[in-house]
Amino acid sequence: MSSMDVIDKLTILCDAAKYDVACTSSGVDRSGKPGSLGNAAACGICHSFSADGRCIALLKVLLSNVCAYDCSYCVNRKSNDIQRATFEPHELAELMIQFYRRNYIEGLFLSSAVIRNPDYTCEQMIEVLSLIRNTYKFRGYIHVKAIPGADHRLLTALGLLADRMSINLELPSHDSLKLLAPDKSRDDILKPMGMIKTGIHENRTDLVKYKNTPQFVPAGQSTQMIVGATPETDYQIINLSAALYKKYELKRVFYSAYIPVLEDSNLPAVNSKPQLLREHRLYQADWLLRFYKFDATELLDEQNQNFNLLIDPKCNWALNHYDFFPVEINTASYEVLLRVPGLGVTGVNKIIRARRTGSLDFPDLKKMNIVLKRAQYFITCRGKSMLGIRNDPEAVLRGLLSKQSWELAGSPMEQFSLFDNTLSIEKGELYKCLTGQI
Amino acid sequence: MPYRSDIAYVYDGSFDGLLCCVYESYYQKELPLLIFSPDETQETIFPVKEISTNHAFAERVEQSICVSISHEAMRLVRLCYFSSEKGKEIVALNFLRLGFKLGARVTNMLSNDAVSKMISLTRFVSREGMYYKEFIRFSDYNGALVAIIEPKSFVLPLIVQHFCDRYPSEQFLIYDESHKHAIIYQNFKPTIVPLEDLELPEACETEVKYRELWKRFYNTIAIESRINPKLRMNNMPKRYWKHLTEFQD
Ligand code: SF4
Repeated sequence: MSSMDVIDKLTILCDAAKYDVACTSSGVDRSGKPGSLGNAAACGICHSFSADGRCIALLKVLLSNVCAYDCSYCVNRKSNDIQRATFEPHELAELMIQFYRRNYIEGLFLSSAVIRNPDYTCEQMIEVLSLIRNTYKFRGYIHVKAIPGADHRLLTALGLLADRMSINLELPSHDSLKLLAPDKSRDDILKPMGMIKTGIHENRTDLVKYKNTPQFVPAGQSTQMIVGATPETDYQIINLSAALYKKYELKRVFYSAYIPVLEDSNLPAVNSKPQLLREHRLYQADWLLRFYKFDATELLDEQNQNFNLLIDPKCNWALNHYDFFPVEINTASYEVLLRVPGLGVTGVNKIIRARRTGSLDFPDLKKMNIVLKRAQYFITCRGKSMLGIRNDPEAVLRGLLSKQSWELAGSPMEQFSLFDNTLSIEKGELYKCLTGQI
Repeated sequence: MPYRSDIAYVYDGSFDGLLCCVYESYYQKELPLLIFSPDETQETIFPVKEISTNHAFAERVEQSICVSISHEAMRLVRLCYFSSEKGKEIVALNFLRLGFKLGARVTNMLSNDAVSKMISLTRFVSREGMYYKEFIRFSDYNGALVAIIEPKSFVLPLIVQHFCDRYPSEQFLIYDESHKHAIIYQNFKPTIVPLEDLELPEACETEVKYRELWKRFYNTIAIESRINPKLRMNNMPKRYWKHLTEFQD
């Protein structure tokens, strides 16, 4: 196998890693140092965008796709007949450094199938990272995937070489995991998550005490789950995320629409489409939790377990809480403005800055490049609504939806909460960047 | 006394020169309709006044911007100067006049015409500066790293710090083909110098190999069932593609 060319290995191991969503390089600021290579910027830097429009910030590869396990949703599972490859640690380290020097990437995102057993895999990964950190003196960004079931000490050693560590939750419920990933237990996943959290805390205290303590995953931990492979509802998923943010202090939860790659009676058929819009809605809701001070229970409940695919979760909330609106641009608080559909954090900050210098009217907002397409239905300036805006929920909904979706929905308001999840979607929605302001 | 406005300024195109235009406008109570540098051809029916650059005057203007308005205002003026937009000098002048009247709060007056023009013009420049930390590719020539860019704004001063920090132990050159200037980083020190032309030797075998590896990675990482050309274009405008390794054949 070692006779295989690096380019072939790269092809196989990048192909196997590409369904992993997390690709940000953010969360840690570290300046360069004479004699070393690289730095890291907390805001994150993308270096390219692939044909699917996703950001490329890191060299995202598996160390190996030779897997001892047999998870049924995964292309790399043991029983699948595919080409296999494994990088030699020095090959991968050299490749990554040379990419970095050319400004192709911001760092490395390393994951791996289970080669032999979790401990062995973890040791191999440590070897790659120590080459990069110690031999090449690399100070840039490294995100590493912890291998569930690996020894505590090995995971700690790995975490000391990385900026971010993540463990994929894989599937949003215990039952689904048992069904589809028989070799992994929920415990194998949650235990290291807890361990990373504790590790980060202890490390912080040590850092205060001893100046030269190496940092343990300074950019925190994240996780990823696959949606659409199993029957969990959005309500279950969002509540799970909220709990993870709280309990394990995760930096991010990533959602990945399941892309059918294998025939399996427990999984959606190979020709079924990935639920991209649903994934998009989950990301929007996730943003509402993290930056817009929404609570998971405000967005969905027992009766409405799934997001409306026609409008975003914030609009959905606003229409269901129509009494809350309109809000006055010149006096509403920061928190209240954040609840207005179409106003993002940047927009709200601009409004707050500008209104200190004088009261604002609609033309002023336009001059400030505030997009009013959605917001116009929910705000007043100096007590007045925008000209031509009708103040009833049906008119608002009609304004918010594209003509096509409106007709599909059959227009009456009663159907609003009963929209079929399989309805076709507004095209524009798909194009919006996942991290866009909502 | 009313300001005289039937006049145009020509200056040497330097940053100090621009500040001297501000100085002149103040002390002569003039509101020029046009300020331009000799490499722009401008038709004007108004008398053209030549503003000579005086470092001491420029420094005084800079001082008073920082003291009477704010450092943030000074930062915006600098960014504005790096713009390639025609009429940027007037945008800066109008912004500063308002600033001298109102003080630090001018940068918050986002709905004022003079301010919003200044903000959108400088936002374009700083965004371009950001893009050129991302969409810039180096090639290794005998151990030295070389990159070529074609920005609209003069971004070299905005990115120099970043790349010195990123590659402290390397030697590198970033050539701005549109402004005929380059950053040269050697012996741990960067300089920005005029450079008429840059001739590069053929890429060596190793360099070609890494380009191929990168192209392979780039083409493999996209997920077929999610192909989305419009999203890619929004995130990475086409004018940046020209010098990106992943789009060369
Ligand atoms: S352990 Fe990881 S690589 Fe192996 S089959 Fe399961 S998900 Fe795939």
